[in-house]
Amino acid sequence: MLQITDTNCKEVLSSNEYVVLDFGAAWCGPCRSLAPVIEKLAKEFEGKVVIGKVDIEESPETTDEFGIRNVPTIQFIHNGEAMPELKVVGAVPESKIRASIEKLMA
Amino acid sequence: MERVKVLIIGSGPAGYTAAIYAARAGLNPVLYEGMLSGGQLTQTTMIENFPGYPQGVDATQMMGEIREQAERFGTDVRFGVVTKVDFSASPKKIWIDEETELEADTVIIATGASAKYLGLPDEQKYMGEGVSACATCDGFFYRKKDVAVVGGGDTACEEASYLAGLCNKVYLIVRKPFLRASKVMQERVMSNPKIEVLFEHNTLGLYGEKGVEGAKLVYRKGEADEKIVDIKIDGFFLAIGHHPNSDVFREYVKCNEEGYIITDGARPTTNVPGVFAAGDVADPLYRQAICAAASGCKAAMEAEKFLKN
Repeated sequence: MLQITDTNCKEVLSSNEYVVLDFGAAWCGPCRSLAPVIEKLAKEFEGKVVIGKVDIEESPETTDEFGIRNVPTIQFIHNGEAMPELKVVGAVPESKIRASIEKLMA
Repeated sequence: MERVKVLIIGSGPAGYTAAIYAARAGLNPVLYEGMLSGGQLTQTTMIENFPGYPQGVDATQMMGEIREQAERFGTDVRFGVVTKVDFSASPKKIWIDEETELEADTVIIATGASAKYLGLPDEQKYMGEGVSACATCDGFFYRKKDVAVVGGGDTACEEASYLAGLCNKVYLIVRKPFLRASKVMQERVMSNPKIEVLFEHNTLGLYGEKGVEGAKLVYRKGEADEKIVDIKIDGFFLAIGHHPNSDVFREYVKCNEEGYIITDGARPTTNVPGVFAAGDVADPLYRQAICAAASGCKAAMEAEKFLKN
């Protein structure tokens, strides 16, 4: 699973058209539930969308830049710009995340 | 199509305990964890009232251990959310994440309950921007800031105490002139200098340009001394109770007005033969981990009996 950090975030965002960032923390129960779903989707959309995880404690700058105030929160990014209407907050079913990814690429 | 003898839906104390019993009875149970692996307890911190842990136990650790116990006896624990069921015939049909279909001879519903919201449009507006129903998840973002918790029960008091350890100030917004919480939790809240309890206050709305910056409350609504109160806060945490996760089953399984699945008195049987309900989804009264575990045990024993006949 791709880890996005304060160090590599800019590069990943500038070199990929579609990026999905899953913000989470080690101590967050719902984040753990979401992890296998994110991993599955990352494999499924490989080559089309870059899906990565951000640890909010390790990467405070990225977390702040995207205005994250809940974990888990998933941000959907097109050409470096977050699409606020697609944002997913909390643990949700796979279908909801998939729908946001499909809208991102539409 | 895959066919299982016992399908367990949910991964809280009820689901995992049902799995331990069903697995030990040789029924090869399959358990789908649902949206919140480990259940509601994973959103709290320490559990101090579960027998056998004199010093308390970390909730995530306890749920991990119960799961391990279920797996040790052969439970097939899987990720996935049940999105549709058909209980009109036997075997029952169940759809996982809208795609995978499987059949089950018996089903144990242990889907628990989810946090309630007040129903204010502002809650949706500021979702992810200051509104939260999980203090242990999101308290991190409010270190040294001012926040409010809504509610007067045990959960609200626990969340307020937890947040007081991180935040500058915590308002506890309570509708009634008293707290419903247990004595020990009440004392913990009332004696914490960082917590200010606002009795007889209702939330009218939230405001802020970039996320939540404050809340408008009303004190003693409808009384002669009614007044509007404005508090400056960065975070708004809900702890006003839960609603049972029974929606997906309601077409077949009888529920009460609040949505709790109706079971047959001492037994966790529902109106559908071979379908059992355990834990908070069928418990409008107690909603404790230990009660959920006990009902999970009963459901597995009933499922075993049902399969023998």
